[in-house]
Amino acid sequence: MKRIVQWVYPAFVYGLLYFPLAVLIVFSFNNSKYTTQWKGFTWSWYASLYGDTALWQAAVNSVTVALLSATLATVIGAMAAVGLYRYQFFGKQILNGLIFILIMSPDIVMGISLLILFVALQLPLGFWTLLLAHITFCVPFVVVTVSSRVSGFDKHLLEAARDLGASELQTFRLILLPLLMPAVAAGWLLSFTLSLDDVVISFFVTGPTYEILPLKIYSMVRLGVKPEINALCTIMFGLTLVMVVLAQWLLREKR
Amino acid sequence: MKTDGLFKFVSLGTLWVWLFVFALIPNLMVVAASFMTRGVEDFLAPVISLSSYARLLDPLYLGVLWNSCYLAALTTLLCLLMGYPFAFLLTRASRRLRPLLLLLVVIPFWTSSLVRTYAMVIILKSKGVLNEALLAAGLIDEPLELLYTDTAVLLGLIYALLPFMVLPLYAALEKLDGRLIEAARDLGAGGFQVFIRIILPLTMPGVIAGGILVFLPALGLFYIADILGGAKSLLVGNLIRDQFLAVRDWPFGAAASVMLTLLMGLLLWVYHLSARHADQRTLT
Repeated sequence: MKRIVQWVYPAFVYGLLYFPLAVLIVFSFNNSKYTTQWKGFTWSWYASLYGDTALWQAAVNSVTVALLSATLATVIGAMAAVGLYRYQFFGKQILNGLIFILIMSPDIVMGISLLILFVALQLPLGFWTLLLAHITFCVPFVVVTVSSRVSGFDKHLLEAARDLGASELQTFRLILLPLLMPAVAAGWLLSFTLSLDDVVISFFVTGPTYEILPLKIYSMVRLGVKPEINALCTIMFGLTLVMVVLAQWLLREKR
Repeated sequence: MKTDGLFKFVSLGTLWVWLFVFALIPNLMVVAASFMTRGVEDFLAPVISLSSYARLLDPLYLGVLWNSCYLAALTTLLCLLMGYPFAFLLTRASRRLRPLLLLLVVIPFWTSSLVRTYAMVIILKSKGVLNEALLAAGLIDEPLELLYTDTAVLLGLIYALLPFMVLPLYAALEKLDGRLIEAARDLGAGGFQVFIRIILPLTMPGVIAGGILVFLPALGLFYIADILGGAKSLLVGNLIRDQFLAVRDWPFGAAASVMLTLLMGLLLWVYHLSARHADQRTLT
């Protein structure tokens, strides 16, 4: 009896988590515009997405921002994680606390605070404001991902490098970075996904000149269910799946 | 050797400057904006006033706050009740299976909650999967009106936020020292007592961290209320968004946001206390 509960309950929760996604994927191939009955297999919803130029533009915009913000956030975050690990300095606690608060704070608070900043600076809302905002919400996640790996680091390696005459920068480039690479790459993947998926913050900081995929999907979804959206959401999910599996593989514990 | 200070300076300096300019300053500006008044030409006029905070006490807005907090609290409670036994059972799985089981929780955690909310629409709409299934099973005679109700918003919030509860709980439960449970059992504690007196107190930081990660977004995720609740059900997030993008009353929107931040501060403080408390318990 006990063993059964041990399996049945998790299976039930997994079912709840995955059932809607499974339905979404199945119906993206359903050859019917309105019903929820299965009317045969079709690629036509994907084909009609392929012909939608506005959607392509939004997708290109999204991927551009995600690539740039993930890369810049990873550079800033990875260096900062190493700095936080290696040095003692005034305000370290505050910095750690700030990163923790940023991860915990609701998206909407960050969204409007950045909106106020950009308006005060008179920056036109669009690509640049979106990029700056995305870097900002990605950096804390990179710091945390890389920090979790760096804290288990063997300090003797750093001392050895120093004894052999390496400068700080050389130590970072030749010792720390290669060993931390899996965590850095995982941080990049997480940032890329966060940026690609973000709705709330982007909603406030982008303008009509720069449309991105999640906001496009959001405005489509508000008008109701359409099989093209099923297909689009399936693609988004597929992309996330690849990212997660890659990141988990990079972060796996070596035995 | 001259470059030695350089790495420290660049690595930490960049982070400091970035967080200062894009996190600290903007949040101070929100606080400042909440004390200003609505301008005629601009969004904000530099006239100091507490009127935005006074308006938060208006019964209309208090109703929204109450409704949203109630919904968020219910979401958090249900996620906890569902998530705790789930996370506990995950830590009992065999070492070989655990990475895979955890991956299956992480995947929805990373998946856009917009995509997952949309998936809920397909399930809940009047000719959706759930209604069709219930009709086919003969359990109901006509489709239930599930979509565009508070229940739909609640289900959507639970669905979107459950992984955010499970992961901190899992982390806390995995750290739990099994010897403590054995010791309690040897001293004659029953299953229930072990849970209440050992497991729960020691995993309290995980419970609170998960609670924060569910409760705060549940107040703010305006698109879930939009998509699943129609325009009827209003979260604090919808209120803030409308003040900024529709009504254009920035000071009021800023005041609501400051409230949210204060709430977060309070919850983080509780988390801090509980983490310290749990640490002391393990040590003594």
